[in-house]
Amino acid sequence: MNKEYMEAKARYESGVAKSLQKHKERKEVFATGGGIPLERLYGPEVCGDSDYMREIGFPGEYPFTRGVQSTMYRGRFWTMRQYAGFASAEESNERYRYLLASGTTGLSVAFDLPTQIGFDSDDPMAQGECGKVGVAIDSLKDMEILFDQIPLDKVSTSMTINAPASVLLAMYICVGEKQGVPMSDLSGTIQNDILKEYIARGTYIFPPKPSMRLITDIFEFCSRHVPKWNTISISGYHIREAGSTAAQEVAFTLADGIAYVEAARSKGLDPNVFGERLSFFFNAHNDFLEEVAKFRAARRMWAKLMKERFGVTNPKAQMLRFHTQTGGSTLTAQQPENNIVRVTMQALASVLGGTQSLHTNSMDEALALPSEKSVMIALRTQQIIANESGVTNTVDPLAGSYAIESLTDEIEKKAFEYIQQIDEMGGMLVAIEKGYVQKHIQDSAYEYQRSVESKQAVVVGVNQYKIEESNKDMKLLSVDASVGERQIKKLADLRRSRDNIAVNNALDAIQAAAADESRNLMPLIIDAVRAYATEGEICGVLRRVFGEYTENIVL
Amino acid sequence: MNERKIRVVVAKPGLDGHDRGAKIIARALRDAGSEVIYTGLRQTPEQIVDTVIQEDADAVGISILSGAHTFYFNRIIELLRERGAGDVIIFGGGVIPDSDIPALLEAGAGAIFGPGTPTSVCVKWLEEAVAKKRAEE
Repeated sequence: MNKEYMEAKARYESGVAKSLQKHKERKEVFATGGGIPLERLYGPEVCGDSDYMREIGFPGEYPFTRGVQSTMYRGRFWTMRQYAGFASAEESNERYRYLLASGTTGLSVAFDLPTQIGFDSDDPMAQGECGKVGVAIDSLKDMEILFDQIPLDKVSTSMTINAPASVLLAMYICVGEKQGVPMSDLSGTIQNDILKEYIARGTYIFPPKPSMRLITDIFEFCSRHVPKWNTISISGYHIREAGSTAAQEVAFTLADGIAYVEAARSKGLDPNVFGERLSFFFNAHNDFLEEVAKFRAARRMWAKLMKERFGVTNPKAQMLRFHTQTGGSTLTAQQPENNIVRVTMQALASVLGGTQSLHTNSMDEALALPSEKSVMIALRTQQIIANESGVTNTVDPLAGSYAIESLTDEIEKKAFEYIQQIDEMGGMLVAIEKGYVQKHIQDSAYEYQRSVESKQAVVVGVNQYKIEESNKDMKLLSVDASVGERQIKKLADLRRSRDNIAVNNALDAIQAAAADESRNLMPLIIDAVRAYATEGEICGVLRRVFGEYTENIVL
Repeated sequence: MNERKIRVVVAKPGLDGHDRGAKIIARALRDAGSEVIYTGLRQTPEQIVDTVIQEDADAVGISILSGAHTFYFNRIIELLRERGAGDVIIFGGGVIPDSDIPALLEAGAGAIFGPGTPTSVCVKWLEEAVAKKRAEE
């Protein structure tokens, strides 16, 4: 730094010292939401040793800090993809067609919990849950209704499905067949990320080993037959919702990613090939600068990991492409309209962080599933950012901000420390088994809760600026209680009308192949789905062979 | 007479995997001096009631964010009564619209704490409810 700068800086510092004698600052220590201390002022010295080409570079080039495409949103906007689904396939199909007509550019299917955990709607475990948090799908019949009049060669569809991802992907492939769309033309994503289910989300079925096999079977099958499909969405979203910090979100997500790459490599798959179809999913919370830095750090770290750790030379397999959802846990039940503002900030952070697709939450989600009106406001929020804010007109506009670059480095440093600890323990599967990851997340969650209760962290409308109110008069979506009964009736009709011999043969074939690790289960699951075997029947067979996971309770 | 510690079961009924709230309330109750038994995920109403009875709990806290609250609260309350444990204090929280709360209280829940409730409010409520119940015994 030159003399003039150093003198000016000294002058500034002495000015600050004088000012502090008169007026203290609001806090003793300033930090990000994730506890990274913030300096009063960042200046050019933060970039002192940093090598621009090595750490930042150009958009579309390694290490992709500035984005995965060369022109980013000047080429086209991110995919506006609203997570939706409730009740039965009929109601959800209607909601999707409404969303498409309103300008969403991709679908994102929310399944109900029985579907996510491999139970048919008539299973005793499904009681009370059918159609509640998403759509109930029992067989290909439901899936045909779900995508009725939605051409699968024209939309890309993301499905939040994990343990039974193979079954739902098989159903999607079969719907494509019926529409005359070959699987090689289908595009979309399955979440298919079981590790974060054990850590944070809870919709696991099978133990880790067979679960990893189901995942890598999908990698292998899709790289041959469904080349445009994102075979996994490695998710930090739920880790963050469970209470982690931003740096932990990055660390644990990438550590999960490492575990998947290792599993696929040990099956003999080439990371230069399957690496292109790995995608990621992050949260966007309120701490704006930290969030922007988080996305940039994650992209740089993954590129380094793929290149240096796994020897990947294909740039497309080094790129971290990601979906973002705004932070559900930041939404308040109090003064819910304020959530529109929170969602706007979070969405803007993800856009300035270079997201490939985005779901904006609706203001009423701390109360119920979103109403049609609140979904519209959430979608409009994205459209306003895209078309009116101007931030989409130049690539990675916050690069070079001393504060942003410094935070990007800081998050990378912290996250690599966690990854190193996980490596030393023997990898993510061991770290989960030992409760290491869960414990770190829970400690962060508890600490945050205490900071809210002590008002160190201010949540507007919750611990400050409160008003007397009730949400009794809000128009909330409530799911018709008859969904379960309707599904049970549909299932009874299906089991009567289908060719049960073909179904049983297909299920027997799955059972035999499940016991033989050298077989790929995907083609057999597609056969069973095509014969109208139900999701619960297919998962039931796999449960018999694989057993079930039991939670490792960490408190 | 020594004051017995409060024994409370924190339960996650059904298929809902959101356990952040349940774990935070379990930890806050424990830090406040209660003996807390956390069930973990995917509990049927029968399993929860078994735990409450086996652990001789004063209270059970139920956390649900999946929208299935009406079904699970009613079923758990019904089973507790059937098994002679109708005096166990029931409270809960999660994503529960205000409009559903009166029916849950009517059915026998002592309190429903919505999102944003400080843990200190739940802890204090439970301490008072248990003290009142013990005074009546």
